[in-house]
Amino acid sequence: MVETTAWGVLLLPVILGLFAVGAAAFDATLAARAAGVTAPRSAALAPLRSAAGLLVQQRRRTLAADTLLWRAAGMVLLVAAVLASLVTPLGHWAVGDLSAGVVWFNAMEIVAWAAVWLAGWGANSTFSLVGGYRFVAQGLAYELPHMFVLTTAALGAGSLRVADIVAAQQDLWFVVWMPVAFAVYLLSVLAMAFSGPFNHAVSGDVAGGVLAELSGVDRLVFLAGRWVLLVSGAAMAVPLFLGGGAGPLLPDWLWTLVKTALVLAALVWAGRRVPTIRMERFEEISWMVLIPATLLQALFVSLVVI
Amino acid sequence: MWREFVFWLCAAGSVVTGVAVFRVDSMARATFALLASFLFAAGTVLLVDLTYLGILVILMMIMEMVIMVVFMLMYMMNPAGLMPMTMVHNQKGSLAIAIGTFAVLATGIYLIDWPTSSAPQPEDPTMALGEALMGPKMLMMIVLGLALFATIVATVVLATHRGRYDRYGDRLDRDRPDDPVRGGVGR
Repeated sequence: MVETTAWGVLLLPVILGLFAVGAAAFDATLAARAAGVTAPRSAALAPLRSAAGLLVQQRRRTLAADTLLWRAAGMVLLVAAVLASLVTPLGHWAVGDLSAGVVWFNAMEIVAWAAVWLAGWGANSTFSLVGGYRFVAQGLAYELPHMFVLTTAALGAGSLRVADIVAAQQDLWFVVWMPVAFAVYLLSVLAMAFSGPFNHAVSGDVAGGVLAELSGVDRLVFLAGRWVLLVSGAAMAVPLFLGGGAGPLLPDWLWTLVKTALVLAALVWAGRRVPTIRMERFEEISWMVLIPATLLQALFVSLVVI
Repeated sequence: MWREFVFWLCAAGSVVTGVAVFRVDSMARATFALLASFLFAAGTVLLVDLTYLGILVILMMIMEMVIMVVFMLMYMMNPAGLMPMTMVHNQKGSLAIAIGTFAVLATGIYLIDWPTSSAPQPEDPTMALGEALMGPKMLMMIVLGLALFATIVATVVLATHRGRYDRYGDRLDRDRPDDPVRGGVGR
């Protein structure tokens, strides 16, 4: 049902980029409204303005920085964030239709662990390093529930191929009978993209964490990678839980875009509404609540499938 | 044709980054050079159409090496990477072991009568490989898995600084655990 397209390789980064800019603009608007700015519309252009500024800004240097690893961090994050969407179908087209597509998606998300730590390490700055370690320390608390909900969706379809998961939702979307998995998926997507309430790695209490010393084009690439990672996560929610391109009237590719936009907007909005969750709190919530909940959900789905 | 090209790219990349592990003067770089080497190796697994295994190697190696880097920095002699360091120790001994291992493996490659098969490629190579490796020995694999898991749990229990008696009191009669850090479940 899903056909692979070669030209999708060119189109995919463009679509992801547009979604990322849109998400950043929506985020800036929400921030401006929360700050009481009277004309929040002009705030929507703030991400583009700051992107242009970062393009011409000179790099800030730090003493004895590990430049190779530092620069690599942003690029690795951006490339992996784009590659994560390789297996995400747009309507009935996908760039790659791997037999283990879900695992591929997860593997590319995990690259963020390395990227964030590298960005924290490379600067040779304490606050950066603290930010990097914060993310790694939370890594398993984010990844394990995420992995279990991906497994749950795959269980429901009996296949790791994204196309099969979409096909299995012909009659009933997975979100209807796996609500716990869907909720945890959204939560962990925010966490894996270290945004929203899970922005401890880049939060203000450590002067921006891994972003503390990042400047100029490096900062732009890193931030772009982070937004694209969030977009990739939101886009994957559509084939996994929301029936892919299924929907009345509109063509399937448009439905995919609409659903992705809705999920993304919800994620950005939630990220602005909810205050940063302290690490030790989320660690316990993740291990004591989310992991058992996702395991029970997986058990329920397995029983239904059998 | 392209498969051969990619294979040699992965093979050369794996060896070069593997050498880099012992040439760089920072633990962080050594760790990520090792990660790159593993990823190139995963590329060769993908080449023989073991998609699931190849991607799983990528996934696990990234997770593993990021956790590893924390420990590499913690335990090695030059944690900050600010002073020149070397990854090479016991040079004569390790050289002997390395050359010996290489010689044994290389002769093995040329001496073994590798099986050739004209059977068509199975539809799901990962499944076929799993069956071939574990099919007749499933019971042993299950027992092995349990033993490994029990070892992990036992190690954590032995290593943990605070047990349930510290948290719930000597008679385990505390309602709320006495933890130095508050968790998130409202206790």
